[in-house]
Amino acid sequence: MVSYDDVPRSDSSSDFDMLLNMGPQHPSTHGVFRMLLKIDGEVVTHAEPHIGYLHRGSERLTEVEQYHQVVTLMDRLDYLSNFNNEWVYCRAVEKLIGVNIPERAEYIRVILGELNRIASHLLFIGTFGLDIGAMTPVMFAFRGRERIQSLFESVSGARMMHNYFHIGGLKEDLPENFSDNISRLIPILREDIEETDRLLSFNELFVSRTKGVGVISKELAIDYGWTGPCLRACGVGYDVRRTEPYSVYDRFDFKIPTTLDGDCWDRYFVRVMEIYESLSIVEQALEQMPDGSVNVMGRRLVRPAKNDVYMKAENPRGEIGIYLISDGSDKPYRLKVRPPSFCNLSALKELITDTYVADAVVILGSLDIVLGEVDR
Amino acid sequence: MEKPKRKDGSIPVGENLSIKNQELLNYISRHFGGKYFRHGSIMDIPQISVEPQDLWSVCEKLKTSKHTDFKMLLCLAGVDYVEYIQIVYILYSLNKAHTLAIKVDLPYDKLEIPTVSDIWRAANWYEREAHDLFGVDFSGHPDMSPLILYEGFEGYPGRKEFPLHDYDEY
Repeated sequence: MVSYDDVPRSDSSSDFDMLLNMGPQHPSTHGVFRMLLKIDGEVVTHAEPHIGYLHRGSERLTEVEQYHQVVTLMDRLDYLSNFNNEWVYCRAVEKLIGVNIPERAEYIRVILGELNRIASHLLFIGTFGLDIGAMTPVMFAFRGRERIQSLFESVSGARMMHNYFHIGGLKEDLPENFSDNISRLIPILREDIEETDRLLSFNELFVSRTKGVGVISKELAIDYGWTGPCLRACGVGYDVRRTEPYSVYDRFDFKIPTTLDGDCWDRYFVRVMEIYESLSIVEQALEQMPDGSVNVMGRRLVRPAKNDVYMKAENPRGEIGIYLISDGSDKPYRLKVRPPSFCNLSALKELITDTYVADAVVILGSLDIVLGEVDR
Repeated sequence: MEKPKRKDGSIPVGENLSIKNQELLNYISRHFGGKYFRHGSIMDIPQISVEPQDLWSVCEKLKTSKHTDFKMLLCLAGVDYVEYIQIVYILYSLNKAHTLAIKVDLPYDKLEIPTVSDIWRAANWYEREAHDLFGVDFSGHPDMSPLILYEGFEGYPGRKEFPLHDYDEY
C-alpha cells in the first residue's frame, strides 16, 4: 500500500503537510474512486488519483462472448446512459457487417438515447448540488429521472441495463401506449427541469462556490482529450452529433450549447442547456417517426468478415469510441472502449492541485465521471 | 456497402477512403518520409503503420504541422495478435475534422515503444493502462505504476495467453 513516504513531494511542501486519503468509499467521489491528497492547511499541494477498483475486465470478457451477448456488457460500462452505450456498440457491429437498420428503429434509438441523456444529466445536476451542500435539487432532479426510468421500464422491462438495442435494430417494437406516455411525459419533464434550473443555476451560494473554480484552458482540455459537455464548457463546439452526424441526427434542428470560461459552473450550465436541446430533439423525432419494422436481422448469428472498425458517438459524458476487431468468427477478437470519463478524469490531478479541499470535491463532481466506464 | 473482395474475407486497404482522406494520406507520405509507412484504412478512417523508433517524431510532426493539426489523441488501444502486439493510436483534428489511425507492431521479444505522453497529455493514462494489460514498456513515461490493476498483480490480463475462465484471484 502507498505510505506517506511514497507520495512524491512538491517543491512547496513543508513539514506541516498532511496526507488525506479520500475514498474509495466516499460519497463525493461518485463511486469507488480514491485520491490521495497532500494538504497544507486547507490547500491541496499534491494529488494522486487512484482508479481501478471497479475493473471487471469487460474488454477482455467480450472476447469469449458472441456479438449479440456483448450488448449486456456494454450496458454495464456507463451505467447511467445504458442506451447510448448499447447504441454505439450496435452501430459498430452493424458497420462491420454492412447492415442498414430500418428508419423506425433509428428514430426509436434517437428518442431513447436522448431521454437517457436527460436522465443522466438530471442525476448530475442533483448530485452536483449535493457536492456543494444544496440538498433540495437532488429531490427535484430525481423526480424527473424517475419518470424517465418508468418510461424505460415500460419499453424494455428494466429501469437500467436494458439490453433493448440489438444488432440490426431493436429487440421489439415500442409498447402500444408509448406515444400516450411520452406525450404526457414531455411537458411534465420540461416543468421539472425548469423548476430544478430555477432552484439551482443562479442561486448566489451555488454560483459563488462554482464560478471561477477549476478553470481549464481550451488548449489544455484538448490536450487531455476532453470531450462532451466538459470540452464545450471551454468554448469548443465539438459534438459528434454535429461534426459527423450519425443515425438520423442530420434531420433535426438543435443547437450545441457552449460556454466560454471552462469553470465548474460552465460545465454545469452546459448540461442544463443540453437537456432543453435533447427535449426538442425528442419532440422532433416523435413527429417524424415512421411506421415499419424495427429489426432486419432477427436472431441470426453474427459473423463479420475479417476487419476492424472505429465507431464514435456522443454520450452524455462525451465522445465514446469503440475499436472493434473481428477475425471472422462469431466472437470479437478485441474490443477497446474509449471511455469519455477516463480522459476527463485524467486531468483531475492538474485541476485540483493548489485548490482548497472543498473545491476539489466540486471539481471532481463537475467532471461527472462514472467509474464503471473509467475502470471497465 | 460493398462486400469484401478477398478470399480470406478481408477488405483491400484504402478502397473505402473518401477523397479528403486519401489526400491526407498522400500529404503525410509526401512530407513525413513515405518510406517508413504502409498505408491502409480502418473502414473509412485513414491509417498508417509506423516502426516503433519513428513513432515519436511522426507524432510530433502530425501534431505541429498545420496541414495535419492532430491536436487530440482520442484512443490508444493495445491488441494481442499472438505473434506480436499492436498499439493503435486514433488521432483527431478539431479544426480540420479529420481522423487518423496509427498502427505500430511490436515483437514479443522487444515490447518497447517511445512514449507520446509528452506530445498529448491524454496518452499518460492510456499508456499506463496498456502497460498494465499488455506489458508494453513506454520508454520515457514519467510514471509507469499500475493504474487499473493493483500493485503486485502478476501477468498481463489483456493478452490472449492470460487464462480467462480458470482464474482465481483469491
